[in-house]
Amino acid sequence: MKVIVPVKRVIDFNVKVRVKADGTGVDLANVKMSMNPFDEIAIEEAIRLKEKGNASEIVAVSIGPQQAGETIRTALAMGADRGILVKADTDVEPLAVAKILKAICETEQADLVILGKQAIDDDSNQTGQMLAALLGWPQGTFAHKVDIKDGKVDVEREIDGGLQTVEIKLPAVVTTDLRLNEPRYASLPNIMKAKKKPIDQKTPGDYAVDATPRLKVLKVTEPPKRQAGVKLKTATELVDKLKEIGAI
Amino acid sequence: MASLVIAEHDNKSLKDPTAKTVTAATQVSTPVHVLVAGSDCSAVAEAAAKLAGVERVLIVDDPVYAHAVAEPMEALILSLVGSYDAVLAPATTSGKNFLPRVAAKLDVPQVSEIIKVVSPDTFERPIYAGNAIATVQVPEGKKIITVRTTAFKAVEPTGSAQIQKVSAPADPGISRFVGEELSKSERPELTSAKIIISGGRGMQSGENFHLLEKIADKLHAAVGASRAAVDAGFVPNDYQVGQTGKVVAPDLYIAVGISGAIQHLAGMKDSKVIAAINKDEEAPIFQIADYGVVADLFKAIPEMEAELTKLGY
Repeated sequence: MKVIVPVKRVIDFNVKVRVKADGTGVDLANVKMSMNPFDEIAIEEAIRLKEKGNASEIVAVSIGPQQAGETIRTALAMGADRGILVKADTDVEPLAVAKILKAICETEQADLVILGKQAIDDDSNQTGQMLAALLGWPQGTFAHKVDIKDGKVDVEREIDGGLQTVEIKLPAVVTTDLRLNEPRYASLPNIMKAKKKPIDQKTPGDYAVDATPRLKVLKVTEPPKRQAGVKLKTATELVDKLKEIGAI
Repeated sequence: MASLVIAEHDNKSLKDPTAKTVTAATQVSTPVHVLVAGSDCSAVAEAAAKLAGVERVLIVDDPVYAHAVAEPMEALILSLVGSYDAVLAPATTSGKNFLPRVAAKLDVPQVSEIIKVVSPDTFERPIYAGNAIATVQVPEGKKIITVRTTAFKAVEPTGSAQIQKVSAPADPGISRFVGEELSKSERPELTSAKIIISGGRGMQSGENFHLLEKIADKLHAAVGASRAAVDAGFVPNDYQVGQTGKVVAPDLYIAVGISGAIQHLAGMKDSKVIAAINKDEEAPIFQIADYGVVADLFKAIPEMEAELTKLGY
């Protein structure tokens, strides 16, 4: 079974983002970039499926600038077998990403796609669902547990009320939630080995996809700021204060 | 044209996010219709018909929709979408699950988690865990939108829409609901509670959450948690408040033993009043809290409980 794992290069989750003064976006100059944390979980899950004998090959795909190649290297160092970098210098929206991934799934004859439920930069939470729809495949989103057997996948999902299990037929798309697994760190020997693993270079045009953004971003602004309030000495005082302002 | 709101429900009752999504829909395109897809869900349709501003409720009563499985929901919405220029769903785990499929099939972008309708084709939405707000304009074509319901007021239940049965298209047959484990609680739901008390890593164990539950019961509050507390296994995932968990905006949010990671603040910083109890004076939560108490929570929470009892709660 061949597994495709799309990985996105995003601003590191520990970085405090700054909105650009001209309102055109967020300042990405000299900011630490990393693999989207949900995608790390996706790579880890694919590797575990390979270790269990469910998966035969893991292909890591990234769509983005040349530096997204580093994100693919990270995936290769964790245990993916090879990479595909689809080079795009402007932001590519979830729908265009889904179209490129669809073409890759078709040429690669993939059986399963595992990807993060959302990227922590644009917080869209769309790509996996869109890809599944375009391929006519079922999806198991926000996965908490994945169990593959007899051409089907049982996906336990994190939902607002608790956990839900769906059974989906392969080929399928799975999107990861936080508790699916704990991603491994790449070991030094594996980082060295990853340097020799192949990465194909492509463009959206190679897949006949127009990656021009369709949503027009008119401006990006800072959210309203909250001011720090007052410190109280005891919890008793807190209760009295909350009562006084009518909050309880 | 018109907009179609996909109702959030559990087949018995209509959930609060629906009335808030209707508010957003009235600002995008009117008249507003509501789709109730479920099983034995006529009570839900009747509740939806009472929402002010709703002209018509479409009901599809079929077991295949009982749990809003994404693939049949996609087929159903696509079968109806022709008469609408906008489809909106609350940005719950359900709406987030099926709606992007509809957008992809229509070859239009989806606008996720809008917090404001600037004009019928322009919306504000948070990005980077709410650390920036993007104003985006959608192209010509159908608008597919999920709504962050904490940002919109619910419409009043003063309407009387007609209810119309619609037929279900064939189930694509590639997916099936197997089961669910829902957290049972007598307390209000996190997303609709007026008061929330949340615990973080500082709680040290799941048992210690009972301390918060005692306070919650006195205040009719919901109990939440930070990602750290969920990851540590103290409480189940549905307690999580944050960028990737639930986004809440109650009248009062009490953060106990929560340091205030960006990821957590993203889910609660729009609360009206924020109170924080933490023994670390430098904890980032104090930078956004209206009232802060620097104290050991294992001393502070019993004190809080005693004072509430004294005041008659």
